[in-house]
Amino acid sequence: MKQLLTGDEAIARGAYEAGVRHAAAYPGTPSTEILENIAKYDEIYAEWAPNEKVAMESAIGASMAGARSMASMKHVGVNVAADPLMTFSYMGVNGGAVLVTADEPGMFSSQNEQDNRNYAKMGKFPMLEPSDSQDCLDMVKAAYELSEKYNVIFMIRMVTRVCHSKSLVEVGERKDVPVKEWKPDPMKYVALPAYSRILRVQMEDRQKALEEASENSPFNYAEYTDELKDGQKVGVIASGASFWYAKEVFGETASYLKLGFTNPMPKNMITEFCQKMDVVYIVEEDDPYIEEFCQRLGFKVHGKDTFPPYGEMTPDVLRKSLTGDTLPEVNYDHSLVNKRPPSLCAGCPHRGLFFRLGKRKDIMISGDIGCYTLAAGAPYNAMNSTVCMGASISVGHGAQQVFNRAGVKRKVVTVLGDSTFFHTGVESLINTVYNQSNTINIILDNRITGMTGHQQNPGTGYTVKGDSTIAINIEELVKAIGIRHVKVIDPNDLKAVDEALDSFMDLDEPSVIITRWPCVLKKFSQEDLNEFEGLFQTKDVVDPEKCIGCKLCQKTGCPALIFNAEDKKVTINRTDCVGCDVCKQVCPTGAILKESEAK
Amino acid sequence: MTKNILLTGVGGQGTILAAKMLTIGLMESGYDVKMSEIHGMSQRGGSVTSQVRYSEEKVYSPVIEKGTADIIVSFEKMEALRNLDYLKPEGGVVVINNVEIPSMTNLTGEEKYTEGIEEIIEGAASKVISIDATRLAGELGSVKAANVILLGTLVKSMGLDHIDWEDIIRRNVKEKFIDLNLKAIKLGMDLAK
Repeated sequence: MKQLLTGDEAIARGAYEAGVRHAAAYPGTPSTEILENIAKYDEIYAEWAPNEKVAMESAIGASMAGARSMASMKHVGVNVAADPLMTFSYMGVNGGAVLVTADEPGMFSSQNEQDNRNYAKMGKFPMLEPSDSQDCLDMVKAAYELSEKYNVIFMIRMVTRVCHSKSLVEVGERKDVPVKEWKPDPMKYVALPAYSRILRVQMEDRQKALEEASENSPFNYAEYTDELKDGQKVGVIASGASFWYAKEVFGETASYLKLGFTNPMPKNMITEFCQKMDVVYIVEEDDPYIEEFCQRLGFKVHGKDTFPPYGEMTPDVLRKSLTGDTLPEVNYDHSLVNKRPPSLCAGCPHRGLFFRLGKRKDIMISGDIGCYTLAAGAPYNAMNSTVCMGASISVGHGAQQVFNRAGVKRKVVTVLGDSTFFHTGVESLINTVYNQSNTINIILDNRITGMTGHQQNPGTGYTVKGDSTIAINIEELVKAIGIRHVKVIDPNDLKAVDEALDSFMDLDEPSVIITRWPCVLKKFSQEDLNEFEGLFQTKDVVDPEKCIGCKLCQKTGCPALIFNAEDKKVTINRTDCVGCDVCKQVCPTGAILKESEAK
Repeated sequence: MTKNILLTGVGGQGTILAAKMLTIGLMESGYDVKMSEIHGMSQRGGSVTSQVRYSEEKVYSPVIEKGTADIIVSFEKMEALRNLDYLKPEGGVVVINNVEIPSMTNLTGEEKYTEGIEEIIEGAASKVISIDATRLAGELGSVKAANVILLGTLVKSMGLDHIDWEDIIRRNVKEKFIDLNLKAIKLGMDLAK
């Protein structure tokens, strides 16, 4: 039966059909939906790990214990997971193991555009690159068979358009794969240098066998045409989504070599293809990975000399590179299109904090990855750095050390979310305590992992399957680490925000402020409803007689506040307003009231 | 011949559900279908675009090239203008929901919401169908059915009215909203005439 699935859904379906029993992940666009869909299958144990390293290690343990296992993450997540990954490649598997990496050419929701195919080469483990949803399902199933056959973890490298595009998939039944027996095997599972040296030698034989597998893989295939383009035989070598973009632009006038098994590369197949062509184009996203391989074989191919070295290789990009122009478009004045920048939602609990934090002078704000990174822009201008998950606290520590030793009077305030704190912020805070920086560290505890679309985390009290579990108490945790100055505040209370910041500003030791209020888009749990009284159940209104049109309320950046140019007054969109009262506290004339207070 | 449909709007308007029902209808009628979605971070209020491509032959790319959309269905006026360069210069159709959702820059007064968007689009497109889908959906019972009115106009305009859309609605909409949406799709189809 055919179904219309996204690539992420097809990976999950493939894992189900392949008999996977254990899956772990940390949310990250565009990979998040893989585990969310796997969690729907009762036959697969699924878990959100606090970070990608832990997810990878959980999958490694499951493989050792004999089950087919999967770890999935976004491309930068593999950086976090790289430590166990590189050594697990030496060890090999018991139950089949697959790592899915979701790369982001074009950086729709990521801080960089790294090409994770390089990890496969560096780690000497095999890699498959799906081009559409059917590939995703077929490759996952094949990867488990091959993983067990060749005794090695397989990596599946997706890109955003494969993850988030839907196409038709022929789905099948689940294969029941029993858990294999676990036996102690220190040579295999204990990475002592003496053992690793032996495994390292064996990897070379494995690599040769995998080269053979790549040459014979159905995922690598050529499509030849007799047609000539400008009197020449044109060949295109492509992998992933780029294959379909190339077909769109080169059409019937080119021959194709579609590569799906891309580490090791099928040397003979590429040689044969290139020898038959007069000119060869390599169409691939991110690095010249295939291109450099072809060059090493001695072929003069066109790749990054023709196409951009960055961004997606969508048909318009390829066409412009090849012909100098895109297809004709309608003419209109593009400057008439108004911007629609993303903004913190009405009722977002980050608003009150950043509105006040942005007013402070003589501080450096070290930020992190989350919805709250929007605080870097107007109207807050309340974030001075963002590097990677969990970096806020440790980058802030490094900066504070320099400021203090150089005699610069500048307090560092670090800011990160609850899920990001559990990800890698805890170790950073341990460093701050251990090496005694006097930073103020703010943990935005909105009771959920917000930006990736509301995943549970170790602080929420629920698992990915929706089961109740222990909610880790951030306040107790930071006290146990050694933080002696902790305040838990409601970030919608601007006076509380100011008082907390004031009280910690001159301390000589580290402090933590926990802003505890749920994300406005969260589906509230019973615990939320019990804890946060009257949660988002009121509305605010503007008294037009008192409004002087000063627009101070709009400096809070709330999208529910509308300024009417005709009467120079602000009104509040009743549908969007949830009564957080941040604007109410800012209004200098008391023009904003609770609906119940208004006449 | 591959046909290209671009649906666009502001997060929360129901573009994704409309695109989902559209693709299910196309798939069940035997077309090859690919769909690509770009949705930003999970905040409310951002621009949302769904691109749908279908053909009796194999569809290659899941993304539409600028200058090739057979039809743009915009749930909000500014989003129609933002995506107008995707429209085919010859024979392209634009369906606009006659609704203005101000962006942050409009709310703060940094930019004034551009006036005369319909006229600009009429100057560029071969055919423009402007519908008060939100108001009409409200009259039917809920403004949330505006997306299905627009879906009706879309499928009629693309000559896809032979597909049993009523059946697809019955299977993909919550039971208490089925009657409302059946009225909505019929109204949308009538408005395309």
